[in-house]
Amino acid sequence: MAKGVKARVKVPKTADVGEIVTLKTLISHKMESGQRKDSDGNKIPQSIINRFTCAFNGNTVIDVKMAAAISTNPYFAFDAVVPEAGEFHFTWYDDDGSIYEEKKSVKIA
Amino acid sequence: MKFKKLITVVVGALAIPFAAIAGEDSQLTVEGQLMVTSVAAPAHMENVDEIFSGWVFRKDETQALQMDDFDNPAFIFIDKAIDTFNAVDGTAGKACVSCHESPEVFKGLRASMPRVNSSGELETIPELVNGCRTERMGAEKWKWSEGNMAGIIGLIGLQSRGMPVNVAIDGAASGTWDKGKELYYTRVGQLNMSCANCHEDNYGNMIRADHLSMGQINGFPTYRLKNAKLNTIHARFKGCMKNIRATPYKEGGDEFKALELYVASRSNGLTIETPSVRN
Amino acid sequence: MKLTRRDTIAMGGAAALTTILPSFSSAATPVNELIMGVTGGADAASAGIFLTAPEIAENGNTVPISIDAPGAVAITVLAAGNPLPGVATFNFGAGSASQSATTRIRLAGTQDVVAVAEMADGSFASAHQTVKVTIGGCGG
Repeated sequence: MAKGVKARVKVPKTADVGEIVTLKTLISHKMESGQRKDSDGNKIPQSIINRFTCAFNGNTVIDVKMAAAISTNPYFAFDAVVPEAGEFHFTWYDDDGSIYEEKKSVKIA
Repeated sequence: MKFKKLITVVVGALAIPFAAIAGEDSQLTVEGQLMVTSVAAPAHMENVDEIFSGWVFRKDETQALQMDDFDNPAFIFIDKAIDTFNAVDGTAGKACVSCHESPEVFKGLRASMPRVNSSGELETIPELVNGCRTERMGAEKWKWSEGNMAGIIGLIGLQSRGMPVNVAIDGAASGTWDKGKELYYTRVGQLNMSCANCHEDNYGNMIRADHLSMGQINGFPTYRLKNAKLNTIHARFKGCMKNIRATPYKEGGDEFKALELYVASRSNGLTIETPSVRN
Repeated sequence: MKLTRRDTIAMGGAAALTTILPSFSSAATPVNELIMGVTGGADAASAGIFLTAPEIAENGNTVPISIDAPGAVAITVLAAGNPLPGVATFNFGAGSASQSATTRIRLAGTQDVVAVAEMADGSFASAHQTVKVTIGGCGG
């Protein structure tokens, strides 16, 4: 598990049926690109979050395949539809096998 | 401890035309609160009439990052600091929260730091934190600029966001303030430059591709795009000194503490922007 | 302030120019090649996809970009001058309200950022923009 990984997600607490909401997500992660060299001149191996997904009540909203060019502390903002009350489920997949998750519920206004 | 003998006295206001400061007319509002990013310079500054926050010198995209607490990447570190605040650490079995019911009790602290305490010593926030840790929590000292410390002082500083910087430079502080001022104007290093050469004589100009700011610290600790993390005041002082090929003073040492007091006083009147976003 | 020779040289050399890293033309992958890599050789229309990126990046480490392609199934973003051009592929599911996203990317130097959208009907659209990435000054 990469050290000190912490996620933040911005999800409205309530929405109208069918409302379009903008979701924002941020996760602290070094995103070691594999391009940096250590003091001996050897390349530090890549170690990044390689995939981010967001689903609502099981339906995929977005599925992002990520490469090392995504900045440290990856940030995504995107729009989702809220068809009914339910839960947004966010998942980040780390090269080292760890999986980070956040869940946020939305009520219907 | 010896201070540099060379005293460079800045004589007169050498009128150096500077490039228009990008964004000097734009306003910084964070979560609905208007920040003061430009104001008349404090009376003690002889060569400058108006002071500007570092925010003013950054590009539009960078400025935008600071205007929303979600878009501001510093807040992941604030979130982590809240966890740290609540976590037990040390032999006394306490967390910060055991004595300080919430970070909000620190409202106003950052705005007047550093300050002289009742024993006549200049104290800074990292010293207060480490004092609590070692004396009341039975925990280890944190290094001056390590992640935990940067996060906690960011969390504490956030409680003063929107309040005007107001550090005392007279009375018990005046001796240290004078030393800080001397340091600010003393040339050091292989490039033989003082803080003032860039941050007073050339703010608004480009140095290579960087838009030079006035070197204010009202937004520290700051999230720098360059290293994608929170940076503390002394870490930045150290970096600046290395950039001019000088041997940096010690973080947490007397020189940087005196310099911190002086530099903070150069922003008296600007609002605290902690945690800010800079390049 | 007394201007020493050192000052004048430092200020004159430093103050005037924005140092812009040229795109490594030998190392940069041609934009068309990158687009073909996504489309499998098919042509990509130049309309129907919007790429928003700054003209000059404050810092190559964190460059905010947005992409928007109404009706797209997926959008691939590439950086023509990075050591590895791949940046991200956004796949939009049934729960998405628009085929758009904002993120922050790393650019190794001045280069073209390319976005290729795959539409629901199998066609493609692409957009690209040059982003200037500067070497920092004394900020390091």
